[in-house]
Amino acid sequence: MGFYRALLYRLALAVVTLFLLSIIVFAGCQVLPGDVGRAILGPFADARAVAQLNHQLGIDRPLLVQYWSWITGMVQGNMGLSYTYRAPVAPFIGHALLNSLKLAAIAFILVVPAGIFGGIVAALRAGSWVDRSIVIAGLSATVVPEFVSGIVLIMVFSIWLHVFPLTGTAPRHAGVLEQIYYLLMPALPLFMILFGYIARMARAGMIEALTSDYTRTAVLKGLSRRQVIGRHVLRNALLPTITVIATQCGYLIGGLVVVETLFNYHGIGSLIFAAAKAKDFPMLAAGILVIGTVYVGANLIADLLYSALNPRISFGGRR
Amino acid sequence: MTGETMTATAAAEAAMDTPARIRRERVRLLLRNLPFLVGSLLLIFWIVMAIAGPWIVPYGADDTDLLNTLTPPSPDHWFGTDQFGRDVFSRVIMGSRDILIVAPLATLLGTVVGTVLGLVTGYAKGLTDDVVSRIVDAFLALPLLILAMLVITALGISNTTVIIVIGLSFGLIVGRTVRAAVLGERDLDYVAAAHLRGEKPIYILFVEILPNVMPPIMVETTVRLGYAIFTVASLSFLGLGIQPPSPDWGLSISQNYGLIGGGYWWTVLFYALSIGSLVVGVNLAAEGAQAVLDA
Repeated sequence: MGFYRALLYRLALAVVTLFLLSIIVFAGCQVLPGDVGRAILGPFADARAVAQLNHQLGIDRPLLVQYWSWITGMVQGNMGLSYTYRAPVAPFIGHALLNSLKLAAIAFILVVPAGIFGGIVAALRAGSWVDRSIVIAGLSATVVPEFVSGIVLIMVFSIWLHVFPLTGTAPRHAGVLEQIYYLLMPALPLFMILFGYIARMARAGMIEALTSDYTRTAVLKGLSRRQVIGRHVLRNALLPTITVIATQCGYLIGGLVVVETLFNYHGIGSLIFAAAKAKDFPMLAAGILVIGTVYVGANLIADLLYSALNPRISFGGRR
Repeated sequence: MTGETMTATAAAEAAMDTPARIRRERVRLLLRNLPFLVGSLLLIFWIVMAIAGPWIVPYGADDTDLLNTLTPPSPDHWFGTDQFGRDVFSRVIMGSRDILIVAPLATLLGTVVGTVLGLVTGYAKGLTDDVVSRIVDAFLALPLLILAMLVITALGISNTTVIIVIGLSFGLIVGRTVRAAVLGERDLDYVAAAHLRGEKPIYILFVEILPNVMPPIMVETTVRLGYAIFTVASLSFLGLGIQPPSPDWGLSISQNYGLIGGGYWWTVLFYALSIGSLVVGVNLAAEGAQAVLDA
C-alpha cells in the first residue's frame, strides 16, 4: 500500500516537472524568438511573406492555442513539422535518439565498472598515494570539457597512432562489432567526465560503510576480510552510486551535443544543435523535451531502485 | 597519515580558539595543501597572462602574415602559426581574456541570485518554497549546455546572453545549497532572539543568517567557477559563446580542428592545453579549499 502511494506521488511530481519543463521549452522556442517568420526569412524579406509564413506555421494564433496543439501533439507522438526538412520531426528524433543511446550505452558499460572499481580501490587504501592519484586524476578528468579531451584523444589515437577512425559514424551496413569500434573514441571523453563522479561516490560510500558499526560487528564476529567486504560493505557502499549514475544521464546528454558534433555522429545532441543553428524550432523543441523526459525518467528510476535496494528506506512507510 | 593528525590537532585548537586564530590556522593549512597550491598557481598564472598579455606577446593576436601560414613551432613562433599566419603563442596568451571575464561574471551573478533565492525560500518555507522548488526542478531537468543553447538561440548570441543564462541557472543550483544551509539555521536561538527583538525579516536574513551560511556559499562559488569556465568554453566551441575575432580558446579550437587531420596539430593543441590547465587549476583550488574548510 505504502509503496504504491509513494510511487504514485513520485510519478505525479515527475508529471508536474515535465509540465513546467514543456512550458519552458515552449517559451524558449515560440515566445522568446519573437517573430519566427522574420527569423527564418531574414531582415530583408517582404512583410507580407513573413505574415504568410507565420500564418502557415500557425504562429499567428493565440499562445494558449499554440501551446495546447503543440503539447497534445507531443503526447500523441506527433511532434510537428521540421522547418528545415519540411517533414515530420518524430522519425528524425527517434533515429537520433537510438544512435545516442548506442553511444551512451558504450560509455556506461565501460565507465560504471571502472568507476566503481576505482572508487573501491581508493577507499581500501584511503590516504595512500594510490588513493590520492585516483582522486586527483578522476577530478581532473571530470572537469575538462569533452571537446578538449576529445581533441587530444583524436590527435593521439587517430592521427599519430592511426588506431581509431576520426568519426563516430560507421560505414553503412556495418556489423555490431564494427559499430562498437567506431564508437569507442567518442565514448572516451564521456568516460573521462563520468569516471571521476562515479569513483568519488563509490569511494565515499565505501569509506562510510567501512567505518560503520555493522562492519565492525562483522569483523568482530570473525568473518574474513573478503566476506566482510563482499557481503556487508559493498552492498551498502554502492547504493549512493546508483543515484549518481542516474543523475549523470542528464549531464551525459549535455555532453553528447559536443561529442557528437566533434566526432560527426548523428545523435540527439548533434540533431538539436543543428536545429538550433538553423532556427528549426519544432525540431529543437521536440528534441529538448525528449531529453528532459529521459532525464526525469532516469531520476525516477534511480529513486525507485534506491528505495528498492536499500533495506533502511522503505519508501513512504511500511511495505 | 600526517595530514590526518594535523587536521585533528587543528580541529582541537580551532574548537577553543578565537575566529582570528581559526582563520590563521586555515590559511596555514591551505598553504600546506598541495592540490590547493598547484591549482591556485595555475589560476594566478592565467590571470596574470590575461592582465599583462599585451606586454608579453611578441605579435598582435590578429596580425596576419600570409607569407608564413601554418608554420610549425620555431624560435620565431614558439607555438607556430595558423592558416592566416597569426602567431599561435600570442593568441593563446590573449585568448585567456574573454573567458576570464565572462565566466567569473556569470559565477558572480549566480552566487548573488542563488544567495537571495536560497535565503528567501529557506526562510519562507511553505507554499513559496514548494512552488519555487518545482520550477527549479523543471529547469534543472535540462543539462545546462542545452538550456543555454535554447536561450541563446532564442535571444541571439552575445557575451551578455551567455553571462545571464549561465548566471541564472547557477542561481538555481546555488539557491538549493543555500536553502539547505538556511533550513539548518532558521530554528536556532539567535534567529528566534532577533525575532523577539522585533527585527524585520530582511534584517534577519541578511545580517543574522547570511554570515553564518557564508562558508558553503564560498565553496559552492569556487566549484561553480570551474563549471562556468567549462560551459563558456563548450559554448564557444559550438559557436554559441564568445565570437570572432576574439582569440578565445574554445572558439579557436572550433575554427582549427579541421586542420589536425592535415598534421597541423599546433593550431589546436596549445589552446586545448590552456583550457585544460585553467579548469583543472580552478577545480584543484576548490577541492583543496573544501578539504580545509571541512577539516
